[in-house]
Amino acid sequence: MAKTSAAPLNLDPVPSPSATAGFSPRRRRRISLTAQYAVFVIVVAAVALQVDWAAVQEHFLDLGVARETFPGLLTVALRNTVLYTLSGYVLGFLLGIVLALMRLSSVPLHRWTALLYIEIFRGLPALVIFLIIGFGIPVAFPGFALPGDIYGQVALALGLVSAAYMAETFRAGIQAVPKGQMESARCLGMSHSRAMFSIVVPQALRIVVPPLTNELVLLFKDSSLAFVLGVTAATTELAKYGSDVAADQADSTPLVVAGLGYLLITVPLGILVRRLESRRAERG
Amino acid sequence: MTTAQPAVEVVGLHKSYGGLDVIKGVDLRIAPGEVVCVIGPSGSGKSTLLRCVNMLEEPTSGVVLVDGVRMNHPDTDLDAARRRMGMVFQMFHLFPHLTVLGNVTIAQRRVLKRDRAEAERVGRDCLARVGVEDKADVYPEQLSGGQQQRVAIARALAMNPGVMLFDEPTSALDPELVGEVLTVIRDLGLDGMTMLVVTHEMAFARDVADRVVFMDAGVIVEEGLPSQVIDDPRHERTRTFLQRVLGPQGSAAPGPGSTSTGRTHEYHCHTQHG
Repeated sequence: MAKTSAAPLNLDPVPSPSATAGFSPRRRRRISLTAQYAVFVIVVAAVALQVDWAAVQEHFLDLGVARETFPGLLTVALRNTVLYTLSGYVLGFLLGIVLALMRLSSVPLHRWTALLYIEIFRGLPALVIFLIIGFGIPVAFPGFALPGDIYGQVALALGLVSAAYMAETFRAGIQAVPKGQMESARCLGMSHSRAMFSIVVPQALRIVVPPLTNELVLLFKDSSLAFVLGVTAATTELAKYGSDVAADQADSTPLVVAGLGYLLITVPLGILVRRLESRRAERG
Repeated sequence: MTTAQPAVEVVGLHKSYGGLDVIKGVDLRIAPGEVVCVIGPSGSGKSTLLRCVNMLEEPTSGVVLVDGVRMNHPDTDLDAARRRMGMVFQMFHLFPHLTVLGNVTIAQRRVLKRDRAEAERVGRDCLARVGVEDKADVYPEQLSGGQQQRVAIARALAMNPGVMLFDEPTSALDPELVGEVLTVIRDLGLDGMTMLVVTHEMAFARDVADRVVFMDAGVIVEEGLPSQVIDDPRHERTRTFLQRVLGPQGSAAPGPGSTSTGRTHEYHCHTQHG
């Protein structure tokens, strides 16, 4: 249209051909957002009106009962939950690295063994694995006891489960390290395994820190399955402790407190993961 | 020093991937102290030749000897044999999780089992030799491409190699950074290092090489003195290639490689340890 160079610049918005309602795109977006907020408020208000708040307060938020859960909740239950989780995590971490290297091995036996392991332990519910550890091992190996009794059993069960997930994460991390890293290490006279441990794995670990932290969060929750192995007052963990006190007090408040105990750990970990991920995104 | 024995000897080298023949019978001898530049169009097999010399690629057939050691033989300790050779890549491949000093010391410590003090002394000497001694404590990502490539050269030198292999060492660099890397490589050659350099820098090849090898379609088409191969090629394929690379003038104009202003290096990497 404006063929002559002297024509004034046209700053008027270009009307959208589909603007049938007569609203501009910006206006339509604002209307849509307002509607979404309105629906949100209506739904929340509707649910809140249906709740029997007096009963909720009595059965779930009784401060007197909540006080009964302390100090055992922190000194025994939370401590054990952390112990179970961390020991299982360390075991899963080490086993996961070994499985990942086996998955990437040039020896078919290694690859198939690792793949079989990963498929089985990723496919089975954690509960089933706890039951196998607790009741299968004593039958299969009479007279054999894991070190640390229940602590050993929980660590092994959580380790076996998390190793399968962590192996796949490690494998992806190792494969994300450029091939030139291995080549230049080999050119410096390093053996394959030396190059793997000195050059490739350290870089892979940095790549997988966010997903591995997520795995730690998942493991914290799975540690609640320790109850199927029959925990005692000394070896109890958060979920079991909460439900025991709840049964004792005939009130569900301890379950809420135990739940808060999990969030005390998992929420900061979640924040940490997001920090790590955004830092990675910045570095590119 | 056995001058009778070639530093690198390649006999009847073939390399194919699946059905694709990349190298179709190459013979090459490099004498100790000799600088050989390999030129040729992309896909001519020159990088593959280099990678076959240190066995990053396994030759399909033929023999590769380095210091008289047969590289492609099942009984050869490849890790030990590779220690005699330094390799510099187009994309540097520095270790990003280590500092510059860590990059030049890790193989010394893990492979040669030098203690930390010894490895760091040698490492700093080598960094000084390539002019980046002030960057010892930074990470590779904080360096320019030219500095990274010079660190990569220092990393290779720290292992006291008898032969240096360069795989298009300046192809990934911004044009203004090419000169600093080529200067380092040229000075290495002047110091008597045996070098096999795959390059597209014709001015550099003419300036530095004792011999230029022109490869095309997996074979050596011609080789000889730079003045002969680059300025007066005998073969039509060489002429065609050089015209495409150098433009219609057909001769190598002094480029960033021929920094004959003579930047002298009083630094020397004291890497002879018995």
